[in-house]
Amino acid sequence: MAVAPETMIEAHGLKRVYRTRGKAIEAVKGIDLTVKAGEIVGFLGPNGAGKTTTLKMLCTLLEPTGGTAKVAGLDLRADPVGVRRRIGYVSQSGSTSELARVGNEITWHAELYGIAPKAARERAEELLSALDLEDVWDRKCAALSGGQRRRLDIVMGLIHRPQLVFLDEPSTGLDPQSRANLWTHIRKLRDDFGTTVFLTTHYMDEADSLSDRILIIDHGTIVREGTPKELKKRVSGDAITLTLRDTGDAEAAAAITGALVGASEPNVEGNVVRIQVQDGAAALAKLLKDMNSIGVEAIGVEVAQPTLDDVFLALTGRTLRD
Amino acid sequence: MRRYIHDSLVVFRRSMVISLQNPVWVLVSLMQPILYLALFGPLLQAVAKTPGFPPGDAWQVFVPGLLVQLGIFGAAFVGFGIIAEWRSGVIDRMMVTPASRTALITGRVLRDVVIICLQGIILIAAAFLFGLRIPLAAIFGALIVVALLGAAFAYLSYAAGLALKSEDALAPLLNSIALPILLLSGILLPMTLAPRWLRILSDLDPFKYIVDAERAIFRSEYWSQTTEIGVAIAIVIVLLSAWLGNLVFRQQTK
Repeated sequence: MAVAPETMIEAHGLKRVYRTRGKAIEAVKGIDLTVKAGEIVGFLGPNGAGKTTTLKMLCTLLEPTGGTAKVAGLDLRADPVGVRRRIGYVSQSGSTSELARVGNEITWHAELYGIAPKAARERAEELLSALDLEDVWDRKCAALSGGQRRRLDIVMGLIHRPQLVFLDEPSTGLDPQSRANLWTHIRKLRDDFGTTVFLTTHYMDEADSLSDRILIIDHGTIVREGTPKELKKRVSGDAITLTLRDTGDAEAAAAITGALVGASEPNVEGNVVRIQVQDGAAALAKLLKDMNSIGVEAIGVEVAQPTLDDVFLALTGRTLRD
Repeated sequence: MRRYIHDSLVVFRRSMVISLQNPVWVLVSLMQPILYLALFGPLLQAVAKTPGFPPGDAWQVFVPGLLVQLGIFGAAFVGFGIIAEWRSGVIDRMMVTPASRTALITGRVLRDVVIICLQGIILIAAAFLFGLRIPLAAIFGALIVVALLGAAFAYLSYAAGLALKSEDALAPLLNSIALPILLLSGILLPMTLAPRWLRILSDLDPFKYIVDAERAIFRSEYWSQTTEIGVAIAIVIVLLSAWLGNLVFRQQTK
């Protein structure tokens, strides 16, 4: 196997224009992105934002109409076949025929990569057991549950031991339990097999729980990127809610919040004070100490971290569910 | 080239095994030619006595037509299968492998051709029970023509299926092409019985010449002009369809 490059994906100005009835529609408007080896990167955006189009371009399934990209160390345009050898792709529409038997489908797929049936079976057994799919070899694909079928898709996508795997909306259509289970398996791909994972999702919790880094895409451009923690911090900060004995104490507490670095204007409602700060935990410690020194005691304290939903709302003015 | 053959054979084996694992499908494919012979053939015995009926006995005229029909209709509807495969993600999954694009379609066409040839052999064997008598060379030659037709229509049907990606759009398209071809080619009844205007129209149908060639082969006229023209047309149609099929497959990633 070729030595894994340090940068798995490097795209500059990647663009895709569709032409329908003479009208040009820019689905992806020039994207720059970098994914390092060993990262799990989440590509987050609402339906129709250009996620799948970008993913298909990076997988050689769709030719870009502009820009350049190196995927797994090879130029996307100059050597698409070489790229195909090094990447795995798990589509949101699946990968197996209902009528085929699991073992057959895996072996045939491996043969298209030039892997002999015997070697394919060995690799498949290893992957199937890693993804908790034992005893499915002779079953028809249609006989598997939704969650099992999706994990089979991942086995198919990994059979040639790619350095980089693309997962398109991996948990769409699965029940909550299967989703959580799938996430565990996706983390394993990186931890146990060293595979770089690039996944698209329109679920905040999925991006949040899986990704080392998140790229947020909207209307065909990347609007923000960072670790889940960074993104949440940068956008809205943590919310601190103090509950005090009476309104007098609340006024006094609100007055000293001004001493906190980067705090928002306090919002006082009766005996409750709300402020937003960059780092809620650190600010709270200082705030409580300051309050103590002027003899004001809080009877209730709450620090809430913003969710990625808040981030998306702040960036685009829309929620992901729209 | 080695890679291309290897990949084609993998795709061929896959579609073949999946087809054979479906018993209903196997049964229907085997029964179809026999039903045609048993339920339509007897009608022809009477028609064969009409003036203007071409040379050869009724079976020698009817069975070649059935074989051509098998080649066309046995393959014309395979496009529905590729839509289902596309929808289940199989096509995209294969396109992301290093496999040759051409192999992905050729392997499937190969399966269809093999099935059609098997059906053809069953058809001819059954016709022997009804009284058809032709030499082995004629059987062989006739099957080659059927295989060519099957390949052409399989390529075309896959191309249409993958381009349209909708069963609702594919069905009327296939019917509107296949039906006039069928009626004008003299598959069911020979065009020598037709009025003049219909015969002129039929002369414009390239498949008429293939049916004529198939009938000539059944009369053991292997190197006659009729045979040569028909086979040449069949080869040209295969090449055009293969080109179109490959074009559509490649267009998928454009």
